[in-house]
This record gives sequence, structure tokens and C-alpha cells, in this order.
Amino acid sequence: MSSAKPKSGTSGAGRRSARPGGVLLRFLARRLAAALLLCVGITLVAFTLTQLVPGDPAAANLGQQAIGDPAAVAAFRAKYGLDQPLPVQYLTYIGNVAQGNLGMSQQSHRPVAEDLAEFVPATIELALFAIVVSLVVGVALGVVAAVNRDRWPDQVLRVVSLGGVSMPTFWVALVAFYLLSFKFDLLPGTGRLDPVMSPPPYTTGFYSVDAALAGQWDVMWSALGHLVLPSMVLAVYTVGMLMRFSRASVLEILGNDYVRAARAKGLPERVVIVRHVLRPAMVAIITVAGVAFGSLLSGAVLVEKIFSWPGVGQYAYRSAVNLDLPGIMGVSIVVAAVYIIINLVVDLLYGVIDPRIRLS
Amino acid sequence: MTTGSRSPWRQPLALIGAAFVVLWVLVAVLAPVLAPYGPLDQIADKLLEPSAQHLFGTDQLGRDVLSRVIYGAQVSLPLAFLLVALSAVIGSVVGAVAGFFGGWVDGTLMRLADLVFAFPGIILAMAVAAALGPELRNAVLAVVVVSWPSYARLVRGLVMSARNSEYVAAGRLLGSSSIRTMVVDLRPNVAGPVLVMTALDVGNAVLLLSGLSFLGLGAQPPMAEWGSMVVSGMDYFDLWWLWLYPGLSILTVVLAFNFVGDTLRDALDPRTARALRG
Repeated sequence: MSSAKPKSGTSGAGRRSARPGGVLLRFLARRLAAALLLCVGITLVAFTLTQLVPGDPAAANLGQQAIGDPAAVAAFRAKYGLDQPLPVQYLTYIGNVAQGNLGMSQQSHRPVAEDLAEFVPATIELALFAIVVSLVVGVALGVVAAVNRDRWPDQVLRVVSLGGVSMPTFWVALVAFYLLSFKFDLLPGTGRLDPVMSPPPYTTGFYSVDAALAGQWDVMWSALGHLVLPSMVLAVYTVGMLMRFSRASVLEILGNDYVRAARAKGLPERVVIVRHVLRPAMVAIITVAGVAFGSLLSGAVLVEKIFSWPGVGQYAYRSAVNLDLPGIMGVSIVVAAVYIIINLVVDLLYGVIDPRIRLS
Repeated sequence: MTTGSRSPWRQPLALIGAAFVVLWVLVAVLAPVLAPYGPLDQIADKLLEPSAQHLFGTDQLGRDVLSRVIYGAQVSLPLAFLLVALSAVIGSVVGAVAGFFGGWVDGTLMRLADLVFAFPGIILAMAVAAALGPELRNAVLAVVVVSWPSYARLVRGLVMSARNSEYVAAGRLLGSSSIRTMVVDLRPNVAGPVLVMTALDVGNAVLLLSGLSFLGLGAQPPMAEWGSMVVSGMDYFDLWWLWLYPGLSILTVVLAFNFVGDTLRDALDPRTARALRG
């Protein structure tokens, strides 16, 4: 924020007059290249990690009897390419990943990509729900805190936001589940649908959307109902996080001369806040929203376990516990890729919200 | 200082936080004195409700939950401090080297940091912990792997902005070595912000570590660790005392550190500090 003022003045203005469209394209190209490079790096990390595994995947996946049989072990290793030298294994892996082939899960005996196609949308659906809730609630409360700076609403909200980021997600999930579902039966608890219902036909993998597309309204309502509790729990942390950042960035902008000018010319406070303060504040808030999405994905791992939500967190957990190497690699790559895409979208949004960013 | 009169509420929050931190440290140190029973002693009937005899009830093996919660502080607090110290030292060294030398050193180290940032924290920590084997020690390593890059980025930025100042140039002209320059001239610029970050990071470390234990990738039973107490309590979901109190302990510890860290940040961040002073 403060570092922006000396730089953007001279060189930025010079380039802007040269080729406005080209600069934006170059910005995008650079971001995309960086993202691709990061994706390759991620495959390397995932691959390296699996090499650290002290356990022998053959031992973990073959039964007691088969492990004593060298032929069976050799066959297993050959089947999964574990008898090749490491660099060859990595190159084969990267080549396969590029074609969308993440290998066979040793645990489900199905292609990892197929498994993930089922599990990933469940998590994304949950995380999207939670991020929308967090943004609306978090930004609104952050603005309230900033506007009432150092008065009692600000002090109360400060404790609320610190409380939000201090709660262990898995424990909040248990408390919420116990109170709202188990004890008072206000909200549906585990799973994505009522047990009697069958999933809607697969289009997006989001049950709520798929059910609506298929016109199965009762299924859609059930899917939405099941989203409420886990996404609320997930949002506890991100609301706290977004509140603090919204408050800080709103405060920073409230100090500007143009805000004073807007007030001086008699604009109603609501207009000043929404039009002159919130829009520039959104740049900072959007960045944090990208980070918040990452912490939602992290939280999902813990929350999914409690709500039996068949998402990528459950899958990662099961793969990790069973030393299912292709499973772990697949999850790490896909989740990191999702995260990179989200941050790429954040970069794009910057450009939309703040034209100056396109040029730097 | 007008800080006090401007924001009478800020200091109480830090005081409450600090008091709770001290309280928990005392609980950890005095656990053998405070706890009515040992953390592993099977001293009563199984799954007793909280009563005067057992304030937090007993668990599925007839152990006193209150005693286990108290001994849990001996696990979580030292590990949290250790974790944060390790991450801060590793991250600061990496960041200082990157910021001071620039060029390809900077490029390589920061791409490494970017790589860690590309993963949502617990996913990478899970992968590392799973790869190394489900053990508390490995979970600690996993959290360090995930946490150092934030320090590296912070310190790199601070070093880069201080590197070009005149007193650094003067020191260099007087023949100061790279290491001496970093330690003597640059460290004071970096120490304050790093300290604030560690204060805010202790809470995160406790959360992440207990999360890994909750997933079965950290502390293993029968160790009295809060995260693993919550997960074994989940098997008896309707018996709330098994999981409520360990979780509440995590919350109060993390909250206490965040109260302190947040106040420190306000005080040391030049922007907010200026605003506070009016």
C-alpha cells in the first residue's frame, strides 16, 4: 500500500500511454506462466514426499500372505512402475498427469482422477458456500468495526474476530453438530443428502446445482440443508480473518482526503462508505479472500471428517493413513491447482477493481 | 503517550491474554501438583459424568479427564514454542539471505517459499506427516515445513528496504562483512516485526498441531494431547465432556496468544501506532 506511491508514478504512466491492451495481456501471460511453473513444482513436491515414505506400499497394500511371496511383490511393483529408477518414475508421472491420468489408487482400485472427480466437487461446493457467507458477514462486520472505531461495537467485534480465528475448527464442528443437530435437531447433520435420497445425475458434481438442473427440488433442498451446518462451521475462521482485514483496509481509506471531500459535499454516510470507501478497500479484501479460500480447504479436511462429508479431505485422510501414494499425490496436486486457480482469479479481479494494478 | 487515553480497551485485552498465557504456563509446569490423578491412570469407572469427584468426568478407559486436560498443557505449550522458534529462525535466515544477496539466491529461495504457499497449510502438513510416519515429532516437523515461508517473506522485505540505507553502505565501506552487516545493522530492523509474527503464530501452531493430532497424524494415544483427546472422545459423541474440555483448552490458549499478538501488532505497526497516537 505505502510502497505503491513512489513507484507507480513515473514508469507506470509512461507505459500506460504506450500500449494499454498489451500491458494487460502481458500481465496475464506472466501470471499464467508463473502458475504453470508452480504446478510443475507441486508435482515435484508431491513426488518427493512420497519418496520419503518409510513404509513399503507393497507391504501396505498386499495382504499378509502375498507379502511373503516374492513373485506377488514383484508383480505389484511392476504394475505400479515402482521398479523403475526415480527420475523415470517422475517423468512418467508428470507425463501422465499432463494427460489427466493421476494413476490408480491402491486403496479403491480405481483411477485417482475418477475418485477425485467425485470427491473434489463436494469440497468445492462446501468451500464456495462458506466463502460467500464469510465475505458477506466478514466484510460487513469489518466495516461496522471500522466506522465505529474504538467505540464499543469495535471492541466487541475485535473480540469476536479474534475468537473466530482462535477456535479449533474440528471442535467448533463438534459443538455445532452436538447442539444444532444432535440435541435440538434444527439442522441436518452428516452427509450430503438425506439417507433415503439418491444423488442427482452428475453434471457439475455440486448436488445442489445438479438437482436443480434435473428439476429434483426435494433433493436440492436436502442438499442445501446439509450444506448449512458444515459451511457455517468452516466460515467461523474465515469470518474472523476477513473482519480484521476489512476493518484495517477500510480504516486506511477512511483517512484519505477524497473521503473527507465526499463527506464535506454532503453525501450521506452510506454512499460515502459503499461508493468511496468499500470499492478501493475491496482490493485488499479480495487478496485476503484468496488466502481465506486456502484456509477453507484446510478446514474442510477437519470438518469433513466430523460431518462424514465425502470430500477431498476425507479422501486425503484415507489415502494418507493407508500410504496410498497415487492418492496422496493426486489430492495434493488437485488441491494446490485449485488454490492456484483461485489466486489467479484474484489477480484478475484486481485488474477489474483497480486499473492501476494492470500496469505494475 | 496518549495511546492509553485513546484506546482504553486495548490494554485490558492484552492483559487478559497475557494473564491466560501465564496461567497456562503455570498449569503446564505445576501439572503434577495440580492434577488430581496421573494422565494415564485408570482410576475410576469408565465414562462417568462430571461430578464433584471428577470435575470433567472420566473417559472410556476410566481416566480422569481433568487430569488429562491439565497434563495436555505439558504437551501443547512447549511444542508450540519450539515450533514457532524453529520456523522463525529458519524463515528469518532464509529471508535475510534472500533479501541481502538478491539475484538468483533470492529467486531460488523465494520460489521455494512460493511452492509451500501453493498448498493450503494442512494439506501439505498432512502429506509431510503421513510421509514421515504418524508420530508427534513428525507432525512438529510438518508444521515447521508449512510455517517458515511467512517469516522468510517478511524478513526478506524488511532486509531489502533496509539494505540500501546509508548506514548499511557506511558499514560496508568500513569493511563490515556480509554476516556482520546482517547481524549488526539489519537485525534491529527485523526483530520487532518478527516478534509480532511469532506472537500471532503461536496460536496458529497450536491449532495446526492439534489438527494433525485430531487426524491421527500427530500425538498417538494414550498420550494426553488435546487434539487426540477430542478425536477419541468423538467415538462417544453424546458424552460431551470427553471432547468439550480438551477443545476448550485449545481455544483459550490460542485466544490468549492472539490477544497478546494482536495488541503487539497494533503497537509496533507504524501505521496503526501513528493513528493511535493521533
